[in-house]
Amino acid sequence: MNDQYINLDNWQLGVAALLILLNVAISLWLRLGLARSLLVASVRMAVQLLLVGFILEWVFALTTPLPVIGIGLVMTALASFSAVRRTRRRFPGVYWNSLLSTLGAAFLVTGAALSGIINVHPWFAPQYAIPLLGMVLGNLLTGVSLSLDRFMHGVARESGLIESDLALGATRWEAARPLIGEALRTGMIPTINAMMVMGVVSLPGMMTGQMLAGAAPAAAVRYQIVIMFMIASATALGTLAVILLAFRTLFNRQDQLCVSRLQTIERSQG
Amino acid sequence: MHSPLRSTNEAIKENPDRSTAQPVLQARGLRFAIDERVLWHDLELSLAPGERVAIAGPSGSGKTLLLRTLAALEPMQSGEIFFQGRPLVEWSMPVYRAHVVYLPQRPALPEGKVEAALRAPFHFQVRRQRNFPLEQARELLQMLGRDEAFLQQSTDRLSGGESQIVAMLRALLTAPDVLLLDEPTASLDAEAVAAIEKLIANWLQEKPDRACVWTSHDRQQLERNSDRVVSLAPSA
Repeated sequence: MNDQYINLDNWQLGVAALLILLNVAISLWLRLGLARSLLVASVRMAVQLLLVGFILEWVFALTTPLPVIGIGLVMTALASFSAVRRTRRRFPGVYWNSLLSTLGAAFLVTGAALSGIINVHPWFAPQYAIPLLGMVLGNLLTGVSLSLDRFMHGVARESGLIESDLALGATRWEAARPLIGEALRTGMIPTINAMMVMGVVSLPGMMTGQMLAGAAPAAAVRYQIVIMFMIASATALGTLAVILLAFRTLFNRQDQLCVSRLQTIERSQG
Repeated sequence: MHSPLRSTNEAIKENPDRSTAQPVLQARGLRFAIDERVLWHDLELSLAPGERVAIAGPSGSGKTLLLRTLAALEPMQSGEIFFQGRPLVEWSMPVYRAHVVYLPQRPALPEGKVEAALRAPFHFQVRRQRNFPLEQARELLQMLGRDEAFLQQSTDRLSGGESQIVAMLRALLTAPDVLLLDEPTASLDAEAVAAIEKLIANWLQEKPDRACVWTSHDRQQLERNSDRVVSLAPSA
């Protein structure tokens, strides 16, 4: 597998950077105002990835499960945090809800895949565990963020409709169910769309990477299928969990809508 | 909207012959404060069977909040509410709200046809045993001067007044025991106001243990439609 693999040296990276410099030059020439952000983004990307390369080299050499789990927890915490940062509204405890849902869904699905499907030995083998968890988290983050945002937006905008249902004897679940359904659908849209066109419109990055590294396409495709099932099930689980937790906060046991618990954030992030 | 008032509650007229029967709905020692501002405190309210009580008070005195509190849509800050002699905590909220229905000033209707909006409350678990009374809906519509075609209209095409009519109709069709009406005729013309008042009067007479609470800016309407006025007025 490795004999076909071409390692890139610094010289080659520098030549690739010329592609960006060409764009910077065009931007300067036409005064597009893109040069600065293009340069900053390129430098950030390169530095972050080079650092991650070093870190992963160290991580992949780990032989005990605890540090691997620790790294996974940090990744999960960061993902759950940025999922909330992207929403326009907040309620007390939203960060905890996001962390709990992300942690549960990502660890459950990744753990099941590692020990039950791919059968990695040892089960925590970082070369498998960390990239798989990362891919699951990246997609889960989008799903949690979209569905939370949609749910909170719906509760805020349709509070009149929800309350008129409650006032006529609906349970909190009956009053919230249409919004919950809509939030879950919204959260799943990117994953479902991705699966719909996968291989036809897009060649996913992981699969491409494996093939560049010399894997047979038929084998790479199998990994991609497994990872897509992992992503889809983790996203479904995580969005369901986070929406149910949000529901419990925004609708109390007296079947009241607590819309005052929602706060709008002035500037949305990301 | 926001007048910084300290509010008290005073009964303007008491009707002594009703006070002997067990009240349908009773509130004791209600207090409501938004941050530091106390809207009302030690508020007592008792609805006798067949009684129509009006809530009067300037804007910002918490008339809507009082109705919402009685409907248990607001978390209660202090005080007690009894319905049919049982405290609120002993009622399941959906069951309680199937009996005590609150009608907001600007009702929200779901997307779709008027008939679907009217049917929606009959899909709730609390009314699982009951069927939608289509015949009664037609009769009530007729009294309001609307024909069958109105049922097939889309709710987002309705005017403010028409939405109010649909919401009122929907509440009446569920056959509640207590209606909490927040400015129920605010955007209606005189003819529709008269029709709505007639519908409410009919509903009240159908069963002896029904009662309702109104708010309205129209002083004449309040006097015309109520036996008693509770005033949420500043103590001045």
